[in-house]
Amino acid sequence: MAPAPLSTHSAITLHINGEKYTLPVDHRTTLLDALRERLDLTGTKKGCDQGQCGACTVLVDGRRTVSCLQLAVAAEGREITTVEGVAEGDELHPVQQAFLDLDGFQCGYCTPGQICSALGVLEEHAAGWPSAVTDDVRPEAGPPPLTPEEIRERMSGNLCRCGAYVSIVRAVAAAAESADAAAQDSHSHDSHDTKEQVA
Amino acid sequence: MREFGYQKVLDVPDAVAALGADPDARFLGGGTNLVDLMKSGVERPARLVDVRDLPLDRIEPTPGGGLRIGATVTNSDLAAHPDVRRRYPALAQAVLAGASGQLRNMATVGGNLLQRTRCGYFTDVTKACNKRNPGSGCPAVEGEHRNAALFGASRHCVAVHPSDMGVALAAFDAVVHYETADGPGGTPREGELALDAFYLPVGDTPHLETALPPGALITGVTLPPAPVAAHSRYRKVRERASYAFAIGSLTAALDVEDGIVRDARLAFGAVASRPWRARAAERALIGGPADGDAYAAAADAELAAAETLRDNAYKVPLMRNLVVAQLTELEQEARR
Ligand SMILES: Cc1cc2nc3c(=O)[nH]c(=O)nc-3n(C[C@H](O)[C@H](O)[C@H](O)COP(=O)(O)OP(=O)(O)OC[C@H]3O[C@@H](n4cnc5c(N)ncnc54)[C@H](O)[C@@H]3O)c2cc1C
Ligand code: SF4
Ligand code: FES
Ligand code: FES
Repeated sequence: MAPAPLSTHSAITLHINGEKYTLPVDHRTTLLDALRERLDLTGTKKGCDQGQCGACTVLVDGRRTVSCLQLAVAAEGREITTVEGVAEGDELHPVQQAFLDLDGFQCGYCTPGQICSALGVLEEHAAGWPSAVTDDVRPEAGPPPLTPEEIRERMSGNLCRCGAYVSIVRAVAAAAESADAAAQDSHSHDSHDTKEQVA
Repeated sequence: MREFGYQKVLDVPDAVAALGADPDARFLGGGTNLVDLMKSGVERPARLVDVRDLPLDRIEPTPGGGLRIGATVTNSDLAAHPDVRRRYPALAQAVLAGASGQLRNMATVGGNLLQRTRCGYFTDVTKACNKRNPGSGCPAVEGEHRNAALFGASRHCVAVHPSDMGVALAAFDAVVHYETADGPGGTPREGELALDAFYLPVGDTPHLETALPPGALITGVTLPPAPVAAHSRYRKVRERASYAFAIGSLTAALDVEDGIVRDARLAFGAVASRPWRARAAERALIGGPADGDAYAAAADAELAAAETLRDNAYKVPLMRNLVVAQLTELEQEARR
């Protein structure tokens, strides 16, 4: 049975930062190119276009991914968060604030990817995921503390040509601490209407 | 990039029917290898069948203490799973040693097994390469081959398989399950291949990489029960601290009692066109004393068969040191 010829284009609906965008795409279009070239969401950056630098990192269904290797058509129906969707209105997300406070960048080109990746790192760590530098990965060993070594490993998919790594690691550590503090805070107050936690 | 049709499938019969035996169609997993290769023109499919939403995303215990891992389980979920970390810690470590957090969130088990080599001639369509373009020659034999294979290569291809995950799967006797659409009347048919039989010998056909029948969908991987696997580790050597492919890696598992090796598993990465189960080393080790000399002798038993090229001979002492260091560490851990 010969397969029916398939169209090379589709009309798709993408869910990005809580909004719906319907657009026709050539199937070759990556999510990165759809964001930047079609939807004017240029916060997400293109570095290598080969999955090697992390500049294009976004969250898909809450998980960090490289948008340059994600086909737009295959992202239909998933919840996409780009750097434009990280802040609450004018209030920066604690991760963004930490990058500002601690100079987690120089030129800023890698920063949107670093920030989205850091959001993923905090979630993954809070979920108890080990990393390649975790000495004992068995669940009985408990989650590893988010040391600078752990942060460097977990953030290693994000390159920074300016070499701002030292302050990036500090910023991620600070954001993790403020997330922890916020978590404890909301816990002790048993608050009714807490904002979504970072971690 | 060539234009292509795209369809998403939601169940296995639809998936295998959609691909058929069309040589121009590919399954799309996380896309982290396929989309990359489509951009560079190495892969030129006319159709993609997206399998990411198939109900193959579960990890389930099997009777006796093994695990069945679905083909679309992401690398991240595999490495995070408590049973994997408890029963096969080296598998979790191997997966975590590969790629980046972003890529592991996208990459699937099926796609990881089928990822192509990172040989620079293979990924450059302006160059000759027997694997990409059969009969065109292998420039790596005389050219850039620092990461070339030690075992099982031929003058037709000396490339290595890049998977970290596969090295742990090889050590633990994984079985790959698949389905095709070539049962009676085009119905789905199930099959399985031990990982040992999954990757084909290189010979003069480096373009033929696996024993999967045409159009086969990988549905999952089974890890048989292996008590020794609970005492296992993965070690990877690369040219920077993180986020790089291996130049040599090792899955080792060791069970020592009264100073004697009761059971051991060893598999090498980045030394062959497939994850390399080091059976000669295992034979040398099992039943003998658990000490440094025995570990070195076991490594030598395997590495005696290594064939080196001009620029990759460093891998022989590298692998020897890895084996000795890792087995020593496992032995010390067992004593604690
Ligand atoms: C920058 C970078 C660094 C990397 N570093 C490492 C590393 O250090 N170690 C390592 O091991 N890997 C590394 N990788 C490779 C990565 O692990 C693989 O690309 C990934 O595992 C492939 O999985 P996928 O689901 O994305 O496969 P895809 O790209 O979707 O598919 C790969 C192949 O498998 C086929 N396929 C997919 N699913 C199925 C199925 N269920 N049945 C049949 N066929 C199927 C596809 O048709 C395709 O031919 C790296 C990749 C990148 C881009
Ligand atoms: S080693 Fe294999 S993949 Fe590399 S150029 Fe030779 S044939 Fe191609
Ligand atoms: S642009 Fe996507 S990883 Fe570099
Ligand atoms: S701040 Fe310039 S690339 Fe990172």
